Amino acid sequence: MTSFFVNGERREVDVAASHPLLWVLRERLGLTGTKFGCGIGQCGACTVLVNGEPTRSCQTPVGSIEGSEVITIEGLATDGLSPVQLAWIEEQVPQCGYCQSGQIVSATALLKARPKPTDQEIDQFMAGNICRCGAYVAIRKAIHRAAELKEDRVLGDEL
Amino acid sequence: MTGPTKKVSPYDQQSLSRSAFIKISVVAGAGLTLGVAWRVTQRPDLPLSDATFVPNAYLRIDNDGSITILVDKAEMGQGVSTALPQIIAEELDVPWSDVTFEFAMAHDAYGMMVTGGSTAVMESWEPLRQAGATARWMLREAAAQRWGISSELLETQNARVFAPDGSELTYAVLASDAAKLKAPNKVDVKKPSEFRLIGRSLPRLDVEAKSTGQAIFGIDAGPPDARVAVIARSPTFGGRLRSFDSSAALAIAGVDEVLEVQSGVAVVAKGYIEANAGRDALVLDWDEGDAALLSDEEVYETLRDGAQASGHTVRNDGRAAELLNESSEAISATFRFPYLAHATMEPMNCTAWVREGRCTVWAPTQFANGPAIIGGGARQVAADAAGVSVENTDLNVTFLGGGFGRRAERDFVQEAAELAGKVNGPVKVIWSREDDMRHDFYRPASWHELRATLDADGRPEAWEHRMASQSILQRLVPGWIPRPAARFAGKYDPTSTEGASDQPYAIPHVFMTYKRVDLPIPVGFWRSVGHTHTGFVVESFIDELAHTSDHDPYEYRRALLREHPRHLAVLEAVAEAADWKSRAPEGRGRGIAVVESFGSYVAQIAEVSVENGVPRVHKVWCAIDCGTVLNPRIVQAQMESGIAYGITAALYGEINIRDGRAVQGNFTDYQMLRIGEMPEVEVLLVPSGDAPGGVGEPGTPPIAPAIANAIFALTGRRIRTLPIRL
Repeated sequence: MTSFFVNGERREVDVAASHPLLWVLRERLGLTGTKFGCGIGQCGACTVLVNGEPTRSCQTPVGSIEGSEVITIEGLATDGLSPVQLAWIEEQVPQCGYCQSGQIVSATALLKARPKPTDQEIDQFMAGNICRCGAYVAIRKAIHRAAELKEDRVLGDEL
Repeated sequence: MTGPTKKVSPYDQQSLSRSAFIKISVVAGAGLTLGVAWRVTQRPDLPLSDATFVPNAYLRIDNDGSITILVDKAEMGQGVSTALPQIIAEELDVPWSDVTFEFAMAHDAYGMMVTGGSTAVMESWEPLRQAGATARWMLREAAAQRWGISSELLETQNARVFAPDGSELTYAVLASDAAKLKAPNKVDVKKPSEFRLIGRSLPRLDVEAKSTGQAIFGIDAGPPDARVAVIARSPTFGGRLRSFDSSAALAIAGVDEVLEVQSGVAVVAKGYIEANAGRDALVLDWDEGDAALLSDEEVYETLRDGAQASGHTVRNDGRAAELLNESSEAISATFRFPYLAHATMEPMNCTAWVREGRCTVWAPTQFANGPAIIGGGARQVAADAAGVSVENTDLNVTFLGGGFGRRAERDFVQEAAELAGKVNGPVKVIWSREDDMRHDFYRPASWHELRATLDADGRPEAWEHRMASQSILQRLVPGWIPRPAARFAGKYDPTSTEGASDQPYAIPHVFMTYKRVDLPIPVGFWRSVGHTHTGFVVESFIDELAHTSDHDPYEYRRALLREHPRHLAVLEAVAEAADWKSRAPEGRGRGIAVVESFGSYVAQIAEVSVENGVPRVHKVWCAIDCGTVLNPRIVQAQMESGIAYGITAALYGEINIRDGRAVQGNFTDYQMLRIGEMPEVEVLLVPSGDAPGGVGEPGTPPIAPAIANAIFALTGRRIRTLPIRL
């Protein structure tokens, strides 16, 4: 039995400690917004925040996050949409959309670490998130826009 | 989740805008259709709905004012779930904020439900304008009857009908009256000058769902308690299972069942991880088959021999062969292209449930419904695999996490439905990334040998193109080649040669031959199909001829495209935007290419540097004429997307064959373009009043030759094999 918090709620799952967090979220907790892309931590589609850190959930044994706080795409905003999500909509980023949960979660972590990232910082930080549709130009723009929105909102520690 | 159980709509079958013969476009490439008439022996009913007003299969208007547009094409990123509603909303005169959409279930009312060849908007343009305009006509007529005045006096806007005296009625109020009217067969549609929504960058209808994790892809769809299966497939192409031992697999906690299915051995388990562990524990004995002897060397030898052998003459203008054989100064070049995997972000998957003689499927498919001549669409395939009738098969189409042609195949639907017919309860088959990459229908490898002579002014006089590849249509429509129905007699697979057989340059003597080569590697449609290699060949070789004769490659193309105003317009637009006449910045080279594909014309200029032997694309200028533009922002996004897809192939894309297997299995060895490698892209929409062309694919073909031509400009080195290795 492993116990941890998902989007603020305490959850307990009865799976092997080695079971990847991705599949616990998707198959046991019904949170399908986090996606399976490669299974080896190469594409970033499964990115979630674990204690605020962007984490490849397909490579995270659930036993390793006992007591941790997990935030998924479904939990980025407690009310409405997060600044990153608003920017994603404003810039009309998603095409097929499959990688976007991971992109948005990574971008959220980036903006926490670097509130005003340069293009180069964006490219470095987001290098682990593949978008096969190639929506990268829009992703860059949306991250800059999200930085502005965050500043406007003065959201402090909020995502 | 169990399919429609709602009452049948009060639908007048006479109003069906499509005739009893539904013309099917078996989309296989640029403007190609097999032109098969799919005889609908009975007029299909409309899909079930309890909405108040259901004027046709594409539209539902309720008396609460909700307007639902049924999208019968696959949304795989290219924006059809916005573009198609945009067409209907325009003719219906409703505000964009009122519009919602649903994916249509597989149904004969939509005819052929295939999304490919960049045809979704091309094919839907007229039918959907009629669908919207007909409904508006009926709503206006309903208002006219209420007010007792002629409908000619009434105007519509914002989901309302207005009388000359200013009184108004909403569509919601009129819906039940409109439902009682007989639909007209055909009504006038708007003039372009009357458009309120077409041509505007309206927000996509799927963006919020895709930014919040709420969009349901195939892998997310179906009953939450569905069990998960993975399938152990033959390690070689065409291998056969001799025997297997499942005892160790069945001993694993969470593994429920192990069964043989057509595609291999299925492990059904509580979840994906358990199913995978079960698969790892299987003991499998495969007869690897003849393909086990096949590796790249033999593939390319076979292709080379094919190109050099006599093939099917695709084009023969003038005396090309004679002139080339006489000439001592012919310029020649050999091009080679590898197999490519699609690598959709969402690996293949499908969910199915067979119960009480009924099969329900949730499939991320580009080919939901189609005729038996090509094996049926996913619905038919699922019905056959599950052993139920097609009438008892409900196929739900989900969002697609990428398609690019891969999801026009039906293999992933077949195996899920087959498995569902053998087990109790719903089952979801999930492919690992390795399954997906090693069991793809690859862009065919190909070999091209080119020769040309130049006239006194340096212009091409004779042009010979000999090519060989496997045929996609041969696999897809077995028996079609070489023994097709009479009307196709003598034809070959034009998806292999599109873009080359019809290359636009003014050359007096052109000869092209195509040799179909049969190899046991599964091949399929891959974003822009034949243009992925023919665009590269034509645009690289013409560039080579320009440089050989000391011409500017842009001016050289212009001179040879005088009879092709749409090519010329995009070429000139892109040259102006990039300021072609100016020199590239120090250390960078620029290359240009122009390709027409899928009804659209695209010219691109790439600015490239080479650092430590690695090319880097810094900037791409892209001009497109896709006729009438529905949604400029979506066109721009598709150009960026097509460019990214093409750069990925140019720099990295290669599936190697070794011992009858695909070598590459994941993103570690089949690399994808990442954000830091994405160039700046400037997209120019070149206006033209023509009917809409495609946008999903046409951005891809010009980018690889533009990059290769830029590398030549920078380094003097010609690239004739992809991916680019310096």
